[in-house]
Amino acid sequence: MDVRAQVSMVFHLDKCIGCHTCSVACKNIWTDRKGAEYMWWNNVETKPGTGYPTLWEDQEKYKGGWERQNGDLRLKLQNRAGGLANLFHNPHLPTIDDYYEPWTYRYGDLFTAPEGDDQPTARPISMIDGEPVDIEAGPNWDDDLSGSPIYAKNDPNFESITDEERRQLFELERLVFFYLPRICNHCVNPGCVAACPAGAIYKRGEDGIVLTSQEKCRAWRMCISGCPYKKVYFNWATGKSEKCILCYPRLETGQAPACFHSCVGRIRYLGVLLYDAERIEAAAKVTDAQLVEAQRAMILDPFDADVRAGARANGIPDAMLDAAQKSPVYRFVKTYQLALPLHAEFRTLPMLFYVPPLLPVVGARENGAYRVAADFFSSLESARVPIRYMAKLFAAGNEAEVIAVYRRLIAVRAYKRAEAVGDIAPEAISEALAEAGITPDEAEAIYHLTSMATFDERFVIPPLAREVNIEATLDPFTHKPHAGFGFNQSLDRE
Amino acid sequence: MLDLLLFAVFPYVAVVLAVVVGMYRYFNARFSYSSYSSQFLETRALFWGSVPWHYGIIVILLAHLLAALFPDAWAALIAEPGRLYALELVGLALGLLALVGMALLIARRLYNARIRSVTSLLDWVLLAVLLAQVALGVWVALFYRWGSAWYLSSITPWLRSLTVLQPQIDAVVVLPLVVKLHALGGFVIIALFPFTRLVHLIVFPLAYLWRAPQVVIWNRRAGDRRRG
Repeated sequence: MDVRAQVSMVFHLDKCIGCHTCSVACKNIWTDRKGAEYMWWNNVETKPGTGYPTLWEDQEKYKGGWERQNGDLRLKLQNRAGGLANLFHNPHLPTIDDYYEPWTYRYGDLFTAPEGDDQPTARPISMIDGEPVDIEAGPNWDDDLSGSPIYAKNDPNFESITDEERRQLFELERLVFFYLPRICNHCVNPGCVAACPAGAIYKRGEDGIVLTSQEKCRAWRMCISGCPYKKVYFNWATGKSEKCILCYPRLETGQAPACFHSCVGRIRYLGVLLYDAERIEAAAKVTDAQLVEAQRAMILDPFDADVRAGARANGIPDAMLDAAQKSPVYRFVKTYQLALPLHAEFRTLPMLFYVPPLLPVVGARENGAYRVAADFFSSLESARVPIRYMAKLFAAGNEAEVIAVYRRLIAVRAYKRAEAVGDIAPEAISEALAEAGITPDEAEAIYHLTSMATFDERFVIPPLAREVNIEATLDPFTHKPHAGFGFNQSLDRE
Repeated sequence: MLDLLLFAVFPYVAVVLAVVVGMYRYFNARFSYSSYSSQFLETRALFWGSVPWHYGIIVILLAHLLAALFPDAWAALIAEPGRLYALELVGLALGLLALVGMALLIARRLYNARIRSVTSLLDWVLLAVLLAQVALGVWVALFYRWGSAWYLSSITPWLRSLTVLQPQIDAVVVLPLVVKLHALGGFVIIALFPFTRLVHLIVFPLAYLWRAPQVVIWNRRAGDRRRG
């Protein structure tokens, strides 16, 4: 057993209101720079939809992540020699047009336009070359546009659903969407790291945060293709790849990452997970249907004495183990099994988990009137978004995993409704709880964690003790002013 | 006198610049050690320019190096006329490939506004010098036949004399002007190397062939990398 600690995350999608506060918090701190204007290390997309960059889930197009080949795990993008052979031109690299061309406006024209009968206008110009642009896409261009023929209909996850389901999905009365906030998953088996020829991307041993060394990056660009979530971005001005750093300078000083801290819906949870590094390869190699379970099995119980001993032997400090015991992520992922990884079939073992949304009231049209369906609380089969779609997103197609999560979510809802409204028979509640496999106490605990959790319950940040770690390599006094990117240098490219 | 400066002094200046400035840049401004790829802004024209250019120039460059390093083996290789013809033909074809590739790359930088905005003055200088150098090379290949043979009796001794710090320029100064310019161009590129994006050449990530797929760095155990 090779015990490692990882700062991990849960996003509770039922609570996401799609306000983009997370994206803006991140943008203001990290990517409001030349070359990074188009980057959204944190973005929130509307599902069903094509996402950002467009069709990022389509790995036939972008070749991200891993695939099983003759029982072996290999990058979809390249083998080693192939990676070097494609250095001069990466055939699967997205270009800026797959995201959007960043623009500003020529505001000066408003002041310098000669006097005339027309109102002066500020034309949009590209932030790359300064030329006038026709704006064709922008941040959250498809926001709330599910049901639209351009965005929702081209969602790559629709492959598996039937024509009938597809037809229903786009019926006006059934039209539905939910939000999918995405940051770097800080995977345990990251595709970006494996794809980087320069070895510039690495995972921090102590907390599992995946970072790009700006000094080692040589613009070979393979990470951008290698990450199936398209969460490594190319800075077109500096010629370096950049990615979400999980606000490590904040984490190291005991603060939650900016997107977590600012989340209005309080959908985000952060905490330590312990996992067995010896099982990584095996967990990434199982069949699609087993992926979620294999990843869950890799996560270790922080209360187990053997695990704690193994962790200590690996130099994981006690404070980290204590944080692991209090971790809300552990409870969501392992204890209650409510949170699932996004697109487990990419086989990168992402460490950001999602509680799938229990979609709103199912309705039906009767005699021209729109009515709420009677079986509101147990109507999984008539769910607005087909279970198959959710399974494609959150369980590599394994519907049983998603159904089990929904049974628990529905049971908790029914349990609390019975308590607050009292319109559900006690037998129905016991039946729902039994079917979901949880006790009333657990239902109460899930309810608390979901709805009432305080700031400190949602974010259990371990002391990362960087001051101790740094001492081994660098004078802490030298390191002190370096928190953040560590250096700041201008480039003669303007 | 000029010949002495150009063929006996300048090569040393170029190499010293390359080594000293190259190392200084590596240790003090490593952030700038990059290929500065522009593929993210434009990918299609890059394919038709970059791939022919790189594959053409790498093989050509290796041939130049091998003939200087192993003249005896090279002489044996071209002793048979059939092999000589084949070598010259392949060399010319690859030279033309590189020339066309470079021309396309320059045209791409000139005509695409996005790419223009990420091109520095030194990029233009480097591109112009590279184009001129390849054009001269193709010129030599076309009009001064059997370069693979006379290289051994003119350029190889000159380069070898340079490496042992006893420059002998007699064999070079008598060469035609175009050939002299081409020889000089090589050292101009070496001199430009540390100041431009050409540095990406020596950080070619060969280690990717054998390194572990995952990179995990522990702070407590500095430098300790192990398989993730």
